[in-house]
Amino acid sequence: MISYVILSYSDIALAALLLIANAALSIWLRLGLERKLLIAATRMVVQLVIVGLVLKALFAVASPWLTALVMFVMVSFAGYEAQARQDRRFTGFWSWGLGTLSIAIAAIIVVLVALGTAVQPDPWYHPRYAIPLLGMLLGNTLTGVSLGLERLLSSVVRERVVIEARLLVGATSREALQGCIREAARAGLIPIINAMAATGLVALPGMMTGQILAGVEPVEAVKYQLLIMFLIAGCTALGLFMAVLGAARLLSDDRHRLRLDRLSDR
Amino acid sequence: MSLNIHQLRHAAQGVKLGPIDLSVESGQCVCLSAPSGSGKTLLLRAIADLDRAVGECSIDGTARSAMTAPQWRRQVAYVPAEPGWWATTALEHFQQPDLSRLQALDLGLDESCLERPIEMLSTGERLRLAMVRALELKPAVLLLDEPTGALDTEATRLVEVELHKRLKDGMALLMVTHDTAQIGRFGASAHTLKDGYLAPLEEGARVS
Repeated sequence: MISYVILSYSDIALAALLLIANAALSIWLRLGLERKLLIAATRMVVQLVIVGLVLKALFAVASPWLTALVMFVMVSFAGYEAQARQDRRFTGFWSWGLGTLSIAIAAIIVVLVALGTAVQPDPWYHPRYAIPLLGMLLGNTLTGVSLGLERLLSSVVRERVVIEARLLVGATSREALQGCIREAARAGLIPIINAMAATGLVALPGMMTGQILAGVEPVEAVKYQLLIMFLIAGCTALGLFMAVLGAARLLSDDRHRLRLDRLSDR
Repeated sequence: MSLNIHQLRHAAQGVKLGPIDLSVESGQCVCLSAPSGSGKTLLLRAIADLDRAVGECSIDGTARSAMTAPQWRRQVAYVPAEPGWWATTALEHFQQPDLSRLQALDLGLDESCLERPIEMLSTGERLRLAMVRALELKPAVLLLDEPTGALDTEATRLVEVELHKRLKDGMALLMVTHDTAQIGRFGASAHTLKDGYLAPLEEGARVS
């Protein structure tokens, strides 16, 4: 039933020729982007070929330990990326620990739930399902978590006097930080809400398009896409929740003080 | 009620404080007058438990550590020199709007101050409104950071009348002020901070 057109390397080379249009534009308008364009395109080719080869080897072996190792590497990169996007961060372990742990715990829970219920591959840990699922979850959760943390830390620093004014009339640190927590959670959820609202109208989601190109029935592809979007939304909310509440905890202590001394400027 | 500070030590932003011992009795006013950067605000923050500091504070023998921080801050109310506001108008900051409205009038504030946006008000008006917000808590101890620095003579007088009333009711008052005459009007014992230590303020060396 499933049939797809296998691409030859010459097909891809032909498509790559379209980059000449970009290069021409850059030269014509003197954008000076030719070098960057070349490097970016080369990076893409090398990275994707390596990923393809790694996945191929991984699928052939289908070892749970190897799959776990690859997942660990992916999560580490996501955690690194989350802290690299922050202007302000915590000192010590939590500078990277907070983002990494929130993303990792949320993504692993949601991947396991998906593999145990909706997808149910055999064996359940087969990398062909686990790895792409994790990849999609990580990318989106990373966006939500970094936006949420960024917003929380910047608003707490900006609103220091206001937060302390609340503490001074006997508010708990949680009450004093409530406004900033809400603002941060909202900022982190906006992208996924926008993505859900616009999907199908503005753009066809990449995964669904891929499945359709690979010969899957459109309605079946839509079902998969819906599943993925719900998983992504749930994972983002879970990761955001942990990151923002965890950060709020780190920003206060048992004596309900505002602990900006635990933050370091970049 | 009386405030007791025992061996309080604090360090931040290159300023080292203490160890400091100080007590303010019920109905007593103690003034603190020292050049800026000497750590007066740091001391008040440490007493209010806004900053982490070593040492113990207590009111009437009950240690700070024996109660939660919100409980402590309601009894030991601190009004910073630049108070913060979380809502648009002053009125929204009060838990007892009717009582606080009267209190604001007593401090010489115009009724309209309560309902105008905070940022439209003058420094002196904001400072007095913050005092109203703190007095609402009926604190046992009041910590003030230059409460009348931005006020005219009449407003200063009204604030002092209110503070005297509270002192008579048994409140303890610790006040940062540079006004020698004011220290005299309260008949207060005055201290200064020297290299992070509390020292008696010499009559001749008083900063005006």
